[in-house]
Amino acid sequence: MRDFSYLRATSAEAARQAAALPGAMLLAGGTTLIDLAKCGVAQPDTLVDISHLKGLDRIEVGERGATIGALARMGHVADHADIKSRFPAVSEALWQAASAQIRNMATIGGNLMQRTRCPYFRDPSNFSACNKREPGSGCSAIGGVTRGHAVLGASEACIAMYPGDLAVALVAFDAIVHLGERRLLVDDFFLLPGETPDREHAIEPGEMVTAIEIPSSAAARRSTYLKVRDRQSYEFAAASAAVGLELEADGRTIRDLRVALGGVATKPWRARAVEDALKGKVLEPDAVRAASLLAVEGAVDHGANHYKIELAPRVVARAILKLGDAA
Amino acid sequence: MTVHTRHGDASDGVLAEAVGGRLSRVDGPAKITGAARYAVEQQLEGLLYGALVESTIAAGKVRAIDVTQAEAAPGVVKVLTPDTIMSLRTASDWFGTPPPDKPYCPLARDITFSGQHVAAVIAGTFEQAVAAAALVKVSYDETPAIVDLSDGKAGDGIPIDAMTKEWGDAASAFASAPVRICAAYNTPREYQAPMEPHGLIAHWQGDHLTVWEPSQWLDGMARTYAEWFEVPFENVRLVSPYIGGGFGSKALALSHGAVAAGAARMLGRPVRLVMTRPQTFTGYGGRAATRQTVTIGAGHDGVIQSIVHRGVNETSIDGMWVEPLGSVTSIMYATPNFSSKQNVVRVNSVVPGAMRAPGENPSAFGIESAIDELAYEVGIDPLEIRLRNYAEQDPHAKKAWSTRQLREAFAAGAERFGWARRTPQPRSMRDGNHLIGWGVAAGTYPVRRAYGEARVRILADGSVEVESSSIDMGQGTYTILAQTAAETVGVSADDVVVKLGDSRFPRAGVTGGSRLAGVMTGAVYKAATSALDQLVGLAISDPRSPFHALQANTLVVANGRIASPRGEGPDVSIAELLKSVGRDQIEATGDTMPANSTAEDRYKNYTTIAMSLPHTEGDYSRHSWCAHFVEVRVDEDFGTVRVSRVVSALDSGRLYNPKLAESQWKGGIIMGIGQALLEEGIVDRRHGRIVNDNLADYLVPTNADIPDIEVISVGIPDLHSSALGGKGVGELAIVGIAPAIANAVFHATGKRVRDLPITLEKLI
Ligand SMILES: Cc1cc2nc3c(=O)[nH]c(=O)nc-3n(C[C@H](O)[C@H](O)[C@H](O)COP(=O)(O)OP(=O)(O)OC[C@H]3O[C@@H](n4cnc5c(N)ncnc54)[C@H](O)[C@@H]3O)c2cc1C
Ligand code: SF4
Repeated sequence: MRDFSYLRATSAEAARQAAALPGAMLLAGGTTLIDLAKCGVAQPDTLVDISHLKGLDRIEVGERGATIGALARMGHVADHADIKSRFPAVSEALWQAASAQIRNMATIGGNLMQRTRCPYFRDPSNFSACNKREPGSGCSAIGGVTRGHAVLGASEACIAMYPGDLAVALVAFDAIVHLGERRLLVDDFFLLPGETPDREHAIEPGEMVTAIEIPSSAAARRSTYLKVRDRQSYEFAAASAAVGLELEADGRTIRDLRVALGGVATKPWRARAVEDALKGKVLEPDAVRAASLLAVEGAVDHGANHYKIELAPRVVARAILKLGDAA
Repeated sequence: MTVHTRHGDASDGVLAEAVGGRLSRVDGPAKITGAARYAVEQQLEGLLYGALVESTIAAGKVRAIDVTQAEAAPGVVKVLTPDTIMSLRTASDWFGTPPPDKPYCPLARDITFSGQHVAAVIAGTFEQAVAAAALVKVSYDETPAIVDLSDGKAGDGIPIDAMTKEWGDAASAFASAPVRICAAYNTPREYQAPMEPHGLIAHWQGDHLTVWEPSQWLDGMARTYAEWFEVPFENVRLVSPYIGGGFGSKALALSHGAVAAGAARMLGRPVRLVMTRPQTFTGYGGRAATRQTVTIGAGHDGVIQSIVHRGVNETSIDGMWVEPLGSVTSIMYATPNFSSKQNVVRVNSVVPGAMRAPGENPSAFGIESAIDELAYEVGIDPLEIRLRNYAEQDPHAKKAWSTRQLREAFAAGAERFGWARRTPQPRSMRDGNHLIGWGVAAGTYPVRRAYGEARVRILADGSVEVESSSIDMGQGTYTILAQTAAETVGVSADDVVVKLGDSRFPRAGVTGGSRLAGVMTGAVYKAATSALDQLVGLAISDPRSPFHALQANTLVVANGRIASPRGEGPDVSIAELLKSVGRDQIEATGDTMPANSTAEDRYKNYTTIAMSLPHTEGDYSRHSWCAHFVEVRVDEDFGTVRVSRVVSALDSGRLYNPKLAESQWKGGIIMGIGQALLEEGIVDRRHGRIVNDNLADYLVPTNADIPDIEVISVGIPDLHSSALGGKGVGELAIVGIAPAIANAVFHATGKRVRDLPITLEKLI
C-alpha cells in the first residue's frame, strides 16, 4: 500500500514550508485532491492540511475591492451579500459550480488550482499517454473523445480544457492572486499548455495561494456569469461567459466592457478583442453579436468539440445583451 | 428487518393500509436513518477484501501476468490469475439450458472487451487490495477490436429468426402506399448507474456458501453459485434485504461474484469485493446500443397500410443479448401489412444486459418517432393520427386485449395537458429565446406473469409475519405485501412485519419485467387466506376457544380482533384467542403454482425464467399502456433542451398502492428524460473503451432537470393479468418518454433528432 504522511499545519507559514518539500501537497477542501488520489493521478508523499487554518478564510469587501482568503468556502463567497451586490458575476460563477455539498467543502484557493476534467488525464491505468500527467508521454485525447476539450489556447502537447468557473470571472475583472507577498494577475497565474502542459500555474514550490483580490469597478458591479451546459446543474460548462458592463451617461454607449470565456479554452480566457471592438460603441444587438464572434478568433476544433466555436460567441452575446437589458 | 411506521392517507377513500391504499414505504425510515444494512455492510470475523484487475485492451490475449510486486505488497493474502484461481463449472443460463460440460474461469485469458476481469488481489484491507491491484502487471498480445455497431468490421450481424414478425405483404403494400416515410433511429449504450455499486461478501462454512449481495433474483443467483461450485442448491444462501437500485442489472450472478466466492473458498475466509464506479460501466452490461429503420406506408388520411421495421442491437463477442426491437412496433398500431426483423451484431464489449424496459424502450423510440413524422407528412395532429390507427386488438397475436385503456390515457392526458391549445406548426410557439414544443408518444409493456410462494405467520401477540425470497429494490414490495397481508388477515399494516431477501424463505422468481407485485400479492393473499382459515377454524372448533359454545359457521377478523359476523358473543383479540387455545403461532405457506406441480417444476420456476407465462397465453393479450405529453423549451441560440412539463396517463390495471405506483412511474419518466437528453456511453474508438465511466461524465438528470411531473392512473382491474387485477408498473413509464421529447423538440425547432441523446450540438 502507498503510505503517505498527513501533517496538520499549525500556521500558513508552516504549511508553506512543509509544502515546499518534494512530494508534499496542500490539502484544503480535498474535493479535487482526494478524487485525483483515488484515480491514481495525485500521489502525494505528504498531505499538508490547511483546511482548519484561521484567518485565511476571511471575505473582506471595501471600497477598493474585495479580498477573499484562500480558505474561504465557495458556498460562503457565493452567498456573501457584498460579493453579490458588487461582483455579481463572481457569486453567480460560484453558485453555478459543482454541487451544494462540494461548494460547502471546497475552498477558493483549491478552486483556482483544480485540474482539468480530461478523461484521459484522470485514468492512468487505461491511458498511459498524457503529457500533463507524464511529460513526454503523448496526448491520448488528440484523435480520441474530444467533446469537452479546448478550442482556444491548445497546443500540440495538450488540448485539455480548464474547467473552473470562478477564475473566468476573476480574469474578467483583473483580479490578483496573492501568493504570500508575491502578487500576480490571475490572467498571468494560469499558464498556456505550450510544451509544458504539466505546469498549469505560475506558482513556485514553497508558494501558496493566500488570497485573491478583486478590484472594484463599475463593470464588476454590473456583471453576470452565464453558464451553458448539457445538464441544468452539477455540470461543467459547455461554454460560459463572465461579462461586466459600464455604460456612458447616455445609457447606450459602452464605456467599459469585460469579457472572459469558460469551458472552451485551456485557461480562463479573456476575450479582449470583443471588449475592444465594442468599447465606445452603442450597445445594440447586431453590433454585439458581430463583435462576439471575435471571442473565438483563432479557435481550432478537434471534431466533436466544434460546437464550442459556434456556442461561445452566442453565450457572450447573450450575456452582454442581458446586461444591457437589450436581450 | 423490522418495518413499522407508516404515513398513509386515505384520500381516495381506501384505507391507507389496505390493498389500494396510499401507504408510505414501510422501509423508508430504516433507509433514511441509516438503520438499513446493505449487503456489503455486514461485519464478519476475518473478512478479507478483494480488488479486481481489468483488461486495458479490448481484444487479444493475455501474454503474461507478473504478480511479483503485488504479492510482496503489504497485507496481500493472495493474487489470483486465470492460472491460480480455482476452477469452477460452467453454469446454466437463465433459461436453465444445461451448460456445456466444461470448466469456467471468471478471470480471462482471452480478452474480448476492455474492462474484463483478468486478475484479482485479496488482502487484509480494502486499501491494501486496491494498492496491490495497481501493481499487477499484465502484458497482452493485442488484436484489432470491433468497436461498435458502426465499425466497418462489424458486418450485418446474426439474424435472430425468433424475432421475425410478419403478416400481409408489407413490402408491396409499402411500395404502393400514397404516403411513405422511412427513417433510421439510433440509441447509444446506456447504463443502469445504480447508487449502490455491485458487490458482495462471500462466506463458506464447509460446503455451505452464504452470499450477501444485492440481488433482483435470489433463487436464480443461488442456482448459478451452486452450479459453479458444484454444491447442492440448498447449500447456497443468498441474502439481500435491501438493494440500492438495480434497474435490471442485479438479476444475475456475475463473474466478480465468482471471483469473490472462489477466493473465499480457496482461502477459507469470507471475502468482500465491491466494484469501483468505473467497473460498473465495464464489468457488466448496460442497455445495448441499437439501430432501427422504420418505414411506414399510409394513405393521405394517415391510416397505416404497411410497416417495415429492421432492427440491430449490439452484443458481445461470446455472449448473446437480444434487445427485442420489434416489441412495440408490432402491437401499437393496427396495420394490415407488417414485417419486422432483427439482427444482432457482435462487438468487443461486455455482454449487454437488462435495463428498465429492455426491448420496449428502444422499440418505442423508433415507432413513436416514426408515427410523429407521418403525422407531419400528412398534416394530421400527432394525437389524432394515433387514434386513427388505434389497434382494437393485438395486431400480431390477433387476440383481444385483456384491457387497453390507451384511448382513455390519450384523452385524460390531453385534457390535463391542454393539448387542444397546441399550434401545429413547428417553431410556432416561443417565449423569448426559448422555442417551445409539445410532443406526445405512447408506451406499453407486456404483463409478465410467473408463480411465487410466501409464508404467513400469525404470532402469539397477534402480529403477522410474511416471508418471501422476493426483494424490494425501492419499488415497494415490503409495503404492498404488508398491505396485502393486513387486509387479508384483518389486522393493521402496523402489525405486519415483512421479511424479504433471504433465499431461505419461500421462493420467488426474478424481480424483473414488472412482474413481482402481481406475483407476490397473489402468493401472500393465498398464504394469508390459509392462515386466516386456520385461525378461524381454531376459534370455531377448539374446545378451549371462547367461540366454541357459539357453534358459528364463520367468524370475522378485523382490526386484529375476532368476532361473529353479527356481533353476538365474544369479541377477542387474536392474541387472546391464540392464548386461550394454547397456540404460540399459526403458520401457512401459499403458492400460486399449478396444483400438480412437482418439486422439479418448482425448482425450475424459481431458478429460471423458462416457466413464466406468455403474455398472449389463452384468449388475451395482456399489456400495460401509457400516453406521455411533454413540453420542452429549447434555447434557440444554445441548443439546450429542458423539459418543462410532463403529463402522463397510465394504465397499469388496478394499483395495489397508488402512491408507490406513481413514484415508480415518475422514476421511469425521470430516467426517460435522462435517456432522451443526457445519457450515452462514449467510446474511444482506438481503445474500444468507454471513457465517461463515472458519474461526473456519464450524466444522469439532477433535480434541476426535472419539472413537475403529473401522472394520472386510467387503469381498471384486469383479472386476466393477475390475481388482484394489477398489471405491470415499474417499467411502463420509461417507455415512450424519449420519443415524446424528441417529438416535442421537433415541434419546437423543426429539427428531427433521431439519435439519442438530444444534446445541444445536434440543435445548434
Ligand atoms: C463532481 C465535481 C463537479 C465539479 N463541478 C465544478 C464546476 O461546475 N465548476 C467549478 O468551478 N468547479 C467544479 N468542481 C471543482 C471544485 O470546484 C474543486 O474541486 C474545488 O474548488 C477544489 O477546492 P478544494 O478546497 O476542495 O481543493 P483541494 O482538493 O483541497 O485542492 C485542490 C488542489 O489545490 C491545491 N491547493 C489547495 N489549496 C491551495 C492553496 N491555498 N495554495 C496552493 N495550492 C492549493 C491542492 O494541493 C490541490 O492540488 C467540481 C468538482 C467535482 C468533484
Ligand atoms: S489533453 Fe492534456 S490532459 Fe488530456 S490527455 Fe492530452 S495531454 Fe493529457
